Amino acid sequence: MAALRTATRKRTGTGTGARRPGRTGRRRRSGWSWFWLGFAAVYLLVPLYSTLEFSLQTGAHRYGLSWYGYILHQPAFRQSFALSLRLALETVVISLVLMIPTVYLVHAWLPRLRPLMEFICTLPFVVPPIALAVGMIGLFQGVPWLISSTQILSFAYVIQALPFTYRSLDAGMLSIDIRTLNDAAQSVGASWRQTLWSVILPNLRSAILSSAFLTIAIVLGEFTISSLLLFNTFAVYMQQIGNSQAYAAAALAILSFFLTWLAMLGIFFISRRVGYRSAVGMTR
Amino acid sequence: MNRQAIRWLGTVPFFAYTAIFLLIPTGEIIVQAFRNPSGRFTFANVRGLFDAQILDAFETTIKISLITAVLGGVLGLLVAQSALRDGGPLWIRPVLTTFAGVASNFAGIPLAFAFIATLGSTGIVTQLLNSLGLHVYSHGFTIYGMVGLSLTYLYFQFPLMVLIISPALEGIRPQWREAAVNAGATSGQYWRLVGLPAVLPSLLGAMVLLFGNAFSAYATPYALSSGYINIVPVLIGEAVNGDLAANPQLGASLAFGMIVVIAAAIAVYAILQRRAARWLR
Repeated sequence: MAALRTATRKRTGTGTGARRPGRTGRRRRSGWSWFWLGFAAVYLLVPLYSTLEFSLQTGAHRYGLSWYGYILHQPAFRQSFALSLRLALETVVISLVLMIPTVYLVHAWLPRLRPLMEFICTLPFVVPPIALAVGMIGLFQGVPWLISSTQILSFAYVIQALPFTYRSLDAGMLSIDIRTLNDAAQSVGASWRQTLWSVILPNLRSAILSSAFLTIAIVLGEFTISSLLLFNTFAVYMQQIGNSQAYAAAALAILSFFLTWLAMLGIFFISRRVGYRSAVGMTR
Repeated sequence: MNRQAIRWLGTVPFFAYTAIFLLIPTGEIIVQAFRNPSGRFTFANVRGLFDAQILDAFETTIKISLITAVLGGVLGLLVAQSALRDGGPLWIRPVLTTFAGVASNFAGIPLAFAFIATLGSTGIVTQLLNSLGLHVYSHGFTIYGMVGLSLTYLYFQFPLMVLIISPALEGIRPQWREAAVNAGATSGQYWRLVGLPAVLPSLLGAMVLLFGNAFSAYATPYALSSGYINIVPVLIGEAVNGDLAANPQLGASLAFGMIVVIAAAIAVYAILQRRAARWLR
């Protein structure tokens, strides 16, 4: 990534350098660049502005924060939000405990398994969440303690987060010289568990953190699976509010947007230090 | 036990977990799609997919997914390229990347609310257009029609494209352009003969991802239309826990149909990819 950065900088250098002799064509294209960037900004910001204005309307031409106060004092909001937060943390913990040792073992010792693992970790893109929910209902309906417990949601969310967790950890493992670290640890007599815990993990810190933030963002907004399995998560609560109270729903949407921002800012600051681009997730 | 055996054992939890919560449920969909309520093998469920309403749902869903994958893909490509090109202020890229991360994740229920507040019948932009004399709602526009839904999907589609395609665009060396220009190529020729072929594989892959992303969207259309738009994920939701008639066989065969469509999209991608590879050689 450091190399990538210098490459970018170099390019900026040549670009400005090459601009000297009469380059009107270039300047005109730069106008188009601004047009597309401006278009993107308008497309992304106008719906946010509209939602914000909706959420602040407390009467004809009167504005205030009362919808936010109303939402925050709803017991149903607190319960659903607490549930989603708990599920997010559970999902992060299960994902990491499951994936870190496996990705490490595959990278360090079992490279033949890597294609298979990559295939499995891409499958959630092929099986849409709604289809997965159908399969889970069919499969687990005979196991009531599982299907009627909120636990099933965090198990399913681990699968939803799988492609992102895997890619983040995979990139993290690739960016450190895992073989050398391994040999070094082994030559001083460390077992693979010791190597993983005190050599590999510290080097993966930012990959782990950014995948955790992304997982939290995904889980906090997840609707499909929880609504099909009939649980009242944050997004399901939001949808119910939207049925009856459009202004309160707008306040919730702003709140949810703010949470997504926090998660992405977290990823941004981590990746600026080290440099993984893993802010690709899909809540749909 | 030797070391290598222990290492193999260490991967068992991952394969067991993905088997239980991903592979077997997927298999269950396929099994249920070919089974009648009493458990016997049947083609009736899959034949039921060729019902007019269901075919219409598949058609609408595929159309919206194609439209938003292509439009979102092109727009995302243009935006990413604009942000990456020379001469602009340096703060644009980190801001764009972070914002694209937020927007591609800001989907589902809150996104639907945002677009209702924007382009719903009392939305801010709708009112603005009304005051300009442009009464879109009296010309057949609704936020939960195909156009409205596509506009909403684009909100997460093109930022996703920006995120996916930026690394590929960064891979284009400035020297290539310099070489092309020195050899007398125009900008159009450069893009047609050098730039585009270089990013084409990533471009195709990204568009397949965008297609699948729109195709499986459930929360956004559900909240936008309160379940009234006829697209496949909404039909599945109704079949599984509809108030009137839950029909798990129908849900499973619809889900099976979705997997078939996405698999077909990936197959088309693989073929195009191979063609492109031959063409590049």
